[in-house]
Amino acid sequence: MLDGFRVLDLTDEKGFLCGRLMADLGADVIKIEPPGGDPSRGIGPFYKDIPHSEKSLYWFVYNANKRGITLNIASKDGQNIFKKLVKKAHFVIESFSPGYMKSLGLGYAKLSKINPEIILTSITPFGQTGPYSHYKASDIVEMGLCGLLYLCGDSDRSPVRISFPQAYLHAGAEAVVGTMVAHYHRGQTGEGQWVDVSIQEATYLATMNAPLFWTLENRVLKRAGAWRTGITSGILQRQIWPCKDGYVNMPVYGGDLGAKTNRALTQWMRSEGMADDFLASIDWNKFDMATVSQETWNHIEQLMVNFFKSHTKQELYLKGLTLGVMIYPLYTPEDIAKDKQLGERGYWTPIEHPELGETLTYPGVAVKASLTPLQIKRRAPLIGEHNREIYQELGFTKEEMVSLVEGGVI
Amino acid sequence: MPGVFDGIKVVDFTWAMVGPMTTRYLADHGATVIHVETATHADILRTAGPFKDGVPGIDRAGYYAQYNVNKYGMTLNLNHPEGVKLAKKLITWADVVAESYKPGTMEKWGLGYEEVRKIKPDIIMLRTSMQGQTGPHSHLPGTGVNLVGLTGFAHLCGWPDRDPSQPYGPYTDAIAAHICGAVLIAALDYRRRTGKGQLLDISQFEAGVNFIAPVMLDYFVNNRVANRVGNYSPCAAPHNAYRCLGDDRWCAIAVFTDKGWRAFCRVIGNPPWTTEDRFATLSGRKENEAELDRLVEEWTVKHTAEDVMTLMQKAGVAAGVAQTIKELYDDPQLKHRGHFWVFDHKVLGKFLCFSSLAKLSKTKPEPRMPAPCLGEHTEYVCREILKLSDEEFVALLSEGALE
Repeated sequence: MLDGFRVLDLTDEKGFLCGRLMADLGADVIKIEPPGGDPSRGIGPFYKDIPHSEKSLYWFVYNANKRGITLNIASKDGQNIFKKLVKKAHFVIESFSPGYMKSLGLGYAKLSKINPEIILTSITPFGQTGPYSHYKASDIVEMGLCGLLYLCGDSDRSPVRISFPQAYLHAGAEAVVGTMVAHYHRGQTGEGQWVDVSIQEATYLATMNAPLFWTLENRVLKRAGAWRTGITSGILQRQIWPCKDGYVNMPVYGGDLGAKTNRALTQWMRSEGMADDFLASIDWNKFDMATVSQETWNHIEQLMVNFFKSHTKQELYLKGLTLGVMIYPLYTPEDIAKDKQLGERGYWTPIEHPELGETLTYPGVAVKASLTPLQIKRRAPLIGEHNREIYQELGFTKEEMVSLVEGGVI
Repeated sequence: MPGVFDGIKVVDFTWAMVGPMTTRYLADHGATVIHVETATHADILRTAGPFKDGVPGIDRAGYYAQYNVNKYGMTLNLNHPEGVKLAKKLITWADVVAESYKPGTMEKWGLGYEEVRKIKPDIIMLRTSMQGQTGPHSHLPGTGVNLVGLTGFAHLCGWPDRDPSQPYGPYTDAIAAHICGAVLIAALDYRRRTGKGQLLDISQFEAGVNFIAPVMLDYFVNNRVANRVGNYSPCAAPHNAYRCLGDDRWCAIAVFTDKGWRAFCRVIGNPPWTTEDRFATLSGRKENEAELDRLVEEWTVKHTAEDVMTLMQKAGVAAGVAQTIKELYDDPQLKHRGHFWVFDHKVLGKFLCFSSLAKLSKTKPEPRMPAPCLGEHTEYVCREILKLSDEEFVALLSEGALE
């Protein structure tokens, strides 16, 4: 969908995913790193656990499909070369601190003079302006300020973030949305613009309905871990259940919403002799989560725990669904790798790494587009891998390139 | 100011989270979006809390109201043959069809991609589902809450010595929404240039796994099965949510470099323990992290979370309050960004919800109308958009096709 469009990608890990998704959509994305390589190459995990700038699996994944050059945009020569690149580009994406690009003479006003159609997308912790615009951020800080951190974790311990950092990925993906809106506008009017993405705001999307509990019901939600606090009853109910080989997820709902599932589960438990007379006697249509006592609920819960512990997560998942009970497994990375659906959808994508003498398995694209398929065509660039082809395209001779290398420009 | 998508027409058969979140991107920027619902089987978001004043009601749900702003809403019974006929008229009118039912549902109504394409050859059809339109598990029912389990996020959240915690709510819906929005708009621009539409089949499962992709490579390459690690980070210490003064108050602090460490120590007044050798380097701080966290907390519990954040940030140390949902509405940065739009909703009254997230310098969307009450624009759509006559409209109404 973006064949023929060129992206200059100056981002660090705060914005990698933006360029990656645009490359999946067909754009020619050129990752621009400082000479010596981007510090983000130091993010683990690493290929065969060897910490090395050409072996970061984080770099591999989120810079796949891009070409790469080195360029010191902090130098005058580097800035001039960058301006030449901007003339032929359609998008610039960056994640420097607010004001840094401007201080180099590469702010939006300057870039738009060189190329009025250029779209500049800036991804920063809190946006270009405002009281926090110069605040330092990291994943856990963004999670704190967007409201997600407080909602997550066990009630008797500190709030907890998702163990694999998420905030920058939300921002990278949301940045593509904004960039595509600007792209559509440019197609109609010929004018470019500046897209200002705040990681805090992009990650806010993942708070879902939580903030509305305050404005509509005057309630402040708190974290409850594997449990959930009944909205009206205040009793603790398990959402995550231990099973034979791990955990499964099954929120239990009362009334009509849960009756069918609860009946089916009770029958299944009875057929295996794991429901007592009390459980079997419950009229699930009349069962009300709002009025059940903690004691009664604990009794029901214990029977369910015993039942789940006698089955594997795959049994509970697939047999449950044939019986009309929605029990979903808590997959580990290993379970995900072995999942039948992902395998048969052709999700896993082999990517050649000639420098490693190996083909690695990558998670594929999440969208099947019938006419212009999204694709991962190449592994992430090595440091300066495409300097020659891109600088030659700009008209530099071999001798000029040597002097640029010696001058520390590329 | 005209919106970027003025003149773009969307017939929106989506429900629940990711579908409506995706079409909202187009609605915010000016597209005419008709959200098609049925009174015979309410959108799950209309029946889920929170509700205005805690009282359930079909038009009282904030969840629905948040993702369907700037859209028209009509009711249509697709189990009625005349309802399907009307849906086909809407498709003829539209540039984009979006749907998020369980795969096979649209086909049951004769509204699968092949049929839709016959009606409108250049249509873009966005289909978002749990596990994609194809494959052995494509027809399994479920929601984003279930996908939090499948995608590994539940396993990867919480403490290693305890049951998993899982992130809040149907987390993967947010991931899929960014991706659906990005790809849908790219497809619209492609259509604008070439006149060609297409089918977009999005699997929320696959989108979710994209957000832990390095963890999957770590499994394939290094055979490592990543586990939840609390707030641990391999490359920072201190790195945690620290208890502060007050009831259940916390501030996140993250120190990545030795320079950051020195700045951190200055902020807390350089107590003697900070000069101990074991804390002098990052690897030392990692080795003694439990003790370090205890000592850091000795200082943070004496200060409010806001003060901890402000003092740290002044010194260039990354820190942020673990804000409650209440505090989000007073966050000075979000305020400055115009993060919240205010709508005047017939039932909810003054209703705040997030605005268009990425801020564009030249195309600034504005709140145009609150989310529709159930069936609010059914008559408007029939008469003004589809140009049905009085007789036709009344006939459909009395037959139950517009329920």
